[in-house]
Amino acid sequence: MLSAVANGLRALGGFAVGGVWRLGYASRFFVLVLLSSATSFRRIGLTIREIYFSGFLSLIIIAVSGLFVGMVLGLQGYETLERYGSEEALGVIVALSLVRELGPVVAGLLFASRAGSAMTAEIGLMKATEQISAMEMMAVDPIARVVAPRFWAGVVSMPLLAAMFSVMGVFGGYLVGVVMIGVDAGSFWSQMQAAVDVRRDIVNGVIKSVVFGVAITAISLFEGYDAPPTAEGVSRATTRTVVTSSLAILGLDFALTALMFRGL
Amino acid sequence: MITHTANQQTLVEIDDVSFAYGKRPILKGINFSIAKGQVVAIMGGSGCGKTTLLRLIGGQLRPSKGNVKVAGRVMHELDRDELYRMRRRMGMLFQFGALFTDLSVFDNVAFQMREHTDLPESLIRDLVLMKLQAVGLRGAHALMPSELSGGMARRVALARAIALDPMLIMYDEPFAGLDPISLGVVGNLIRRLNDALGATSIVVTHDVQESLKIVNYVYFVSEGAIVAHGTPNQMRDSEKEFVHQFVHGEEDGPVPFHYPGRKIADDLMIKAHA
Amino acid sequence: MERKKLDLWVGLFVALGIGALLFLAVKVGNLSAISVSDTYEVNAHFDNIGGLKRRAPVKSAGVVIGHIVDISFDPQRFDAKVTLGIDKRYPFTKDTTASILTSGLLGEQYVGLEAGADPEPLQPGDTLMLTQSAVVLEKLIGKFLFSTGNESKDSEGAAAPSTPRAPAPPGFGPGE
Repeated sequence: MLSAVANGLRALGGFAVGGVWRLGYASRFFVLVLLSSATSFRRIGLTIREIYFSGFLSLIIIAVSGLFVGMVLGLQGYETLERYGSEEALGVIVALSLVRELGPVVAGLLFASRAGSAMTAEIGLMKATEQISAMEMMAVDPIARVVAPRFWAGVVSMPLLAAMFSVMGVFGGYLVGVVMIGVDAGSFWSQMQAAVDVRRDIVNGVIKSVVFGVAITAISLFEGYDAPPTAEGVSRATTRTVVTSSLAILGLDFALTALMFRGL
Repeated sequence: MITHTANQQTLVEIDDVSFAYGKRPILKGINFSIAKGQVVAIMGGSGCGKTTLLRLIGGQLRPSKGNVKVAGRVMHELDRDELYRMRRRMGMLFQFGALFTDLSVFDNVAFQMREHTDLPESLIRDLVLMKLQAVGLRGAHALMPSELSGGMARRVALARAIALDPMLIMYDEPFAGLDPISLGVVGNLIRRLNDALGATSIVVTHDVQESLKIVNYVYFVSEGAIVAHGTPNQMRDSEKEFVHQFVHGEEDGPVPFHYPGRKIADDLMIKAHA
Repeated sequence: MERKKLDLWVGLFVALGIGALLFLAVKVGNLSAISVSDTYEVNAHFDNIGGLKRRAPVKSAGVVIGHIVDISFDPQRFDAKVTLGIDKRYPFTKDTTASILTSGLLGEQYVGLEAGADPEPLQPGDTLMLTQSAVVLEKLIGKFLFSTGNESKDSEGAAAPSTPRAPAPPGFGPGE
C-alpha cells in the first residue's frame, strides 16, 4: 500500500521532471532554429519550397472551412439578432468574430493538423531513414537546411491563411445574410466598417495568427526532430503535434485576448 | 597498439576508445589504425558496436574515453567549423542509402556540390553525370529515390558519398539486403572507386564472403573489443574459434545461439519431482 | 517540381494572402474612413456621455464627418470632456450644438452636430458651448414613472382615494 503511494509519487515526480527537461530541450531547439535562420533567407528558394507545401497546399481547406464557418455565423447571428430587431448588425457579428477569434484560431487548428502534422512526419521519417544523419555527415547543418526554412515558411503562411479564412468567412456571412436571407447589403457593410477597427481588431488578429504560426511550426518541428526513429515513434510524434499545438493555440488565444482586449 | 602498416602513412587512428550509451557500454578500449589507400573491413555480429565506431570516426559521437584521430586531428576536439570542414573530406554510405527522398537522383548527388561549392550549374551537371556514370546509373538521373531498387539506391548513395572526392569513405553495411548480383556490383565498386580516387575506405559489414574478396585487412569486433585481425587469407585459415564460426557461418560457438537468460527448465517451470 | 512553377504558385499564394489582408483592412475595417482625410479637433463637455466610446462616429445630418478622438473626465468641472476629430472638409460655426444620440433603440451611440447661425467658424481647439448629454434609460424611465405617478394622483385627487394605483413594477421605482 505504502509502496504503491511511493511509486505513484515517484512516477509523478519523474513525469514532472521529464516535462521540464523536455521544455528546456525544446527551448534550446527553438533558439538554435532562430540562430540558424540565415540560410533560410540567403537561399530563399528553400523557404519558398516550404511555403508551397505548408501554405499553398492548405489553401483549399482553409478557404472552404472559412466559407462554411462564415455561413454558419451568418445563420446563427441572424437568428439571434432578429430577436432584437437589429439584423443590420449581422456584418458586425460575422466580421468581428472572424477577424478577432475564429480566423486565427480555426485557421491555426487546421494549419496544425494539415501542415504541422506533415512537417512532424516528414522530419521524423527523415530521421528514421538516417537522412538527417547523412546530412550531418555531409557537413550540412540539418537545422539550417531542413528545419529553419520550414519554420519561416510556417510563420509567413499562417497569417496569410488566417486572413484568407476571415475574408472567406465574411463572404460566407454575406452570402447567407444578404443574398439568401435578405439583410440590407448597405447596412451589412457600413455597420461592419463602423464597428471593426483596423488597429484594435484586424492588427490584433494578425498578431494572433503570427504568434500561432510560430507556436505551431516550432512544436511540429521539435516533435519531428525529437521523434524516436521508428514507425511508432513518428506516428506518436505526429499525434502529439496535433494535440500540443491545438492546446497551445487555445491557451495562447486566451492569453493574447486577455492582453489585447482587456479594458477596451 | 595494433598496427599492421607501420611503414605507411596512417589516416585513421583509434586510440584506446571506449564508448557507452548511458550506462550500456558499447566499445571497450579499442585500438587500431588504418593506412592511406587501404580498404579495411570491420566485421562482427549485429549490435556489436560497428556502426558506433563509424559514427565516432565521423565525429557524430564523442568517445567516453580515448581519442579518434583522422588525418592527425582528434575528432572530438575540433570545433564545429573544423568538424564540418573535416566532414567535407569524408564520404559516408548509410545502411539503406539514406537518400533524400524529396530530391531526384541527380539532386541527391549534386547536394553537397551545391551546398559547399559555388560551381556553376553546368559544371555541377557534368560532375554529377560523371559520378553517376561511375556507378553505372547515368541513365537514371531523373528518377526519384522511391523509383529505385535497393541495389540502385545503394549505388546512388555511393555516387553521392564520393561527390566531393573524399579522402575517407565509410560504408555502413553496404551489402545488407542486396541480391547476389547487386552484392557483387557494389563490392567491386567499393574497391574500384577507392583505388580510382586514391581514397581510404572503411567497410562495416557482417557479410564475410563478399568483403573478404575486396578488402586489404579485416578487424573482428565482438562485445566492444577487437578479437581478431589480419589479411583476408589469414582470416580464412584462422584457427580462432570466433573467426572460424563467423567466417563459416556456424550456428553455435563462442557467439552463442541463445540470448543469455535463465535456464530453460526454470523458465518452463519444470520441476524435478513435479 | 520545377522551380519556376513552384515560384508561381507561391507567388499566387502570397498575393492572395496580402489581398485578403488588404480586403480586411479596407473593406471590413474602417481604414479608408480614417486615413483618407485630415481632421481638426474640438472639445465638448457633457454632463453624462452614457455609453459613448472612443472612435464612435461624429455625424451631422446623418453623414459621418469624423470620429471621437478621446474621452476623459474633467476633474475641475466634474463632467466628461470629449474630443472630436472632424474632417477638415467640413467647417462648422462657433455656436454648433453637440448632442449624444443613439442609432436605433439599442444601437451604438454617436455625437450629432448641428450648426448654428454664428458667422464665426469653429477653430481647432475650440470648445463647443452648447451640448446635450446622453439619454440615460434608467433616468428616463424614472422620470416617466414619476410624472405619470403625479399625474394620476392629480387627476384622481380625492375623488377616488380608494382606487388602487397601478403599482410600479419592482425595480422601476423613481430613482431620484
